[in-house]
Amino acid sequence: MPSVRQLRGRIRGVRSTARVTRAMQMVAASKMRRAQDLALGARPYAEKLREVLAHVAGEATTDSPHPLLEVRPVRHTLVLEVTPDRGLCGGLPSNLNRAVARFIVARETPTAVITIGRKGRDFMARTGVDLKASFDAFGDRPTLADVLPVSRMLESAYVDGEADEVHLAFTLFKNTMEQAPVVTRLLPVEPAALEAAAGSPDHLYEPDAAGVLAALLPRYLEMQVYHALLEANASEQSARMVAMRKATEAADDMIETLTLEMNKARQNAITAELLDIVGGVAALEG
Amino acid sequence: MPMRLEILTAEGVLFDGDVDSVVAPGSEGELGILPHHAALMTMLQPGELRYRTAGGESYLAVHGGFMEVSGDHVVVLADAAEHVDAIDAARAEEAVRRAQERIASRSADMDIERALRSLRRAQVRVRVTRRRRERPTTGLPEG
Repeated sequence: MPSVRQLRGRIRGVRSTARVTRAMQMVAASKMRRAQDLALGARPYAEKLREVLAHVAGEATTDSPHPLLEVRPVRHTLVLEVTPDRGLCGGLPSNLNRAVARFIVARETPTAVITIGRKGRDFMARTGVDLKASFDAFGDRPTLADVLPVSRMLESAYVDGEADEVHLAFTLFKNTMEQAPVVTRLLPVEPAALEAAAGSPDHLYEPDAAGVLAALLPRYLEMQVYHALLEANASEQSARMVAMRKATEAADDMIETLTLEMNKARQNAITAELLDIVGGVAALEG
Repeated sequence: MPMRLEILTAEGVLFDGDVDSVVAPGSEGELGILPHHAALMTMLQPGELRYRTAGGESYLAVHGGFMEVSGDHVVVLADAAEHVDAIDAARAEEAVRRAQERIASRSADMDIERALRSLRRAQVRVRVTRRRRERPTTGLPEG
């Protein structure tokens, strides 16, 4: 049994850990609220943009297609993975990395990866995946301008034929307790189902279909990447908040157990001492 | 018969509801949308967007984007947009002045594109707030 002094030292150590995790929990909680608002706020726009583009892409297939709408046989695949920079957020980074690894293994085509955030970069570099580029995470408040170099890179990879399909992997925010890794196809754009398009007449375009598409497609890419960043950030802060709360609770439990143990040890020590004295007195009298 | 209008930006949903008419700054000039409009997809230029509901007319400044009309459903995907009431007129005018000064005294390293964009943005805001003063949003429908 450890001595009282040893136990006291351990309790002190656990208590200071709990202080740190509690502080991190608070920080994550306040960041989480804003990150969640941003992610949820961007959702309708991102989804609608996707929808509108699907309509337009469904109609535009007849004329000469925009380079970003061109569908080619898939020989090379590209994945953009959005991960956090920092750990201490539970299983989030490894769940996503595992999902991407599974995706890559399932592909029969050679697959290259571009990462945003250190966790993805380190994992991909370690596993020897073809890591084409990596970006540092953009922090808690990414802007559309931050995203531009990334979306341009995806665009040119697709247009130049380096990749025949582009997927986007990130952690979708469901709620504070639940985040799910997802891999979705970004390019080529899935045109709206033909029967739906046949029901509604073709759109009039202003200034013209090519002009609208030329503006819409880059915007779509930017927005999807931006939205993935917001989702990833909301997920990360939520996961960190929960992980830190669990750590704090575990530390509090541990302090309780250790305190109990320490008190027992102290009582034992006192009892032993008393027995010694009583024994000594008895020996003298006897 | 009303149509449904959605105004969305990357920040969130600005408006989602039934309206009687929409006037938007299309790339080829202002265009009005009434119920039963033909399917349309247009780019938007920075300018004023207004819509009329049973309660009156509302104004917004939009800074570029797209608008899709299909079957009495109008979707505005704005790069940025704000309700006229959310615009501080004095600040917008100040921003116009600042942007003009910056462009007038252009130095070699400045981003002229960006300066012009912010000027454009501020000008749109000012224009929309002037409209508000001429015709209060709660006023009677025109015509």
